[in-house]
Amino acid sequence: MITVERLTKTYGGFRAVDDVSFTCQPGAVTGFLGPNGAGKTTTMRVIAGLTPATSGQATIAGTHYRDIPNPGTQVGVLLDASAQHAGRTGREVLTMGALTMGLPRQRVDEMLELVSLSRSESKRRVRNYSLGMRQRLGIAHALLGDPRILILDEPANGLDPAGIHWMRGLLRDYANRGGTVLLSSHLLHEVEVIADELIVIGQGRIVAQGTKGELLQRAGTFVKADDLAALGAALAAAGITDAAPSGDAGLRTEAGPREVGRAAAAAGVALLELRTADGAGLEEMFLQLTADTQRDDLTDGAAA
Amino acid sequence: MNATPPMTTATSAPAAATASGHLETIDTSRAGVPMSRLIAVELRKLVNTRAGLWLVLAIGLVSLLIMTAMLIWADDSDLVFGNIFGLMNIPTGFLLPVLAILLVTSEWGQRTGLVTFTLEPRRSRVVVAKLATALVAAVGAMLTAMAFGALGNLLAGLFHDDPAGTWEMTLAGMSNSVMLQLFALLMGFAFGMLIRNSAAAIVLYFVIPTIWSILAQVIPWVHDHLQKWADFSFAQQPFQSGEWATGQEWAHLATSGTIWLVLPLVIGIWRLLRSEVK
Repeated sequence: MITVERLTKTYGGFRAVDDVSFTCQPGAVTGFLGPNGAGKTTTMRVIAGLTPATSGQATIAGTHYRDIPNPGTQVGVLLDASAQHAGRTGREVLTMGALTMGLPRQRVDEMLELVSLSRSESKRRVRNYSLGMRQRLGIAHALLGDPRILILDEPANGLDPAGIHWMRGLLRDYANRGGTVLLSSHLLHEVEVIADELIVIGQGRIVAQGTKGELLQRAGTFVKADDLAALGAALAAAGITDAAPSGDAGLRTEAGPREVGRAAAAAGVALLELRTADGAGLEEMFLQLTADTQRDDLTDGAAA
Repeated sequence: MNATPPMTTATSAPAAATASGHLETIDTSRAGVPMSRLIAVELRKLVNTRAGLWLVLAIGLVSLLIMTAMLIWADDSDLVFGNIFGLMNIPTGFLLPVLAILLVTSEWGQRTGLVTFTLEPRRSRVVVAKLATALVAAVGAMLTAMAFGALGNLLAGLFHDDPAGTWEMTLAGMSNSVMLQLFALLMGFAFGMLIRNSAAAIVLYFVIPTIWSILAQVIPWVHDHLQKWADFSFAQQPFQSGEWATGQEWAHLATSGTIWLVLPLVIGIWRLLRSEVK
């Protein structure tokens, strides 16, 4: 179990991670979703003890990462698949890991086979690997010590659709055996495919978390009218106060379509569209986040 | 990857995620990574890239080259063990610090530090392992120089006239040259720790002390008051001989060594222990 408690990390005046709390349960794949620069990587780096927290803390089963003996055999970490010496072969990277952790050499071959890196590919230098091959190597390295907890930053990045499908099977199986998985992604559909639990982060703050079902099925109504101001007033008059601008020049509210329709009819506002928002809420929220952070990315990449 | 290879599914894989079913905790009583394994991995890092391998080979090859050249062209009077060994130490003195610098800086430049420090989060132990590895490499390099020096001397004795092939070498000379090699290596290590960028660390390692020596020659006040105490290479000159240095010379070595070796090393380690590994 991974526990992040009130974690804040600032760089100068910039809050890369802002009061973030969440837990990752054993037996589930937790997806950490957010646009680039939202603070995902920073959070994971704090969990893995590479970045000191400004305040708050991250623990794994109650232990700080730095206090875990031979951590490679207990927590598998993949933070950046490209962070490998370009001049080493893939096999050598795994061999060094196995040597550090004190594992038999045959473990290297097992892991290569697991991630479908062929014998000849494993003897090529990492410089000549595609991003997808680097990801496979990184996943092999994370699994090398047979850990019970996995922390993977953007593991699906660079994998082709078949590769993503493969990884879903791998992590699903891993979680089903009681493993804990935290993986990040900036692509909603990737996380939707792989994760059970979702944590959505934007600009350093958690904006939503829950099971995939909860977040995707969050009820609500999308409503659109020519005169949005009049529609807003009509909803407010009917006691629906949470209506907020959404996506395609409409409004979104947690109220049901029936109430919204009645309120509009009572005020004589002509509607262009009235429907259940379904899972679109998550997608819209995510698009909104992405749009908001796009500007920040240009000025500050530190949170990537 | 253009052609997607057939994927091994997790269920059919041999050792896929063999996490057992019960809720997992962290085992804090497990043995940590022993220093011997950390050093073994660091030694491997010296030679498992082409650049590293060639650097290590270069140390041996240059020694061999010098031995051969001396046997062909040197005067008989120069072909004594102390000379051959001493000359071999000059290129080694350049290459060893570079090796030490790269051992440290590649963790940052190639970003392998991400893996190194997640597999051993007690960062000071990684520093100790790297330092030990650098020392092992230095001892290896000196033994190589000694072996080629001895071989060269043996051949000199066979094919040249006296005094060629004489084994004379003072204990002071031997210990001086070993010490200077270690200082060069440690200073490289310290610069690597402090600067963390391969190219910058190598360039500054060679350039800054040189500039400082030149300034010390040019500026009278610095020359009179500071150079002896604060110029590491200047302070090492008395040790490039077969004689024991005087107490005063040792004092100069100590103060300048503190500035050029101990200080960067301490600051570098302090930064490493506190900073982010990117």
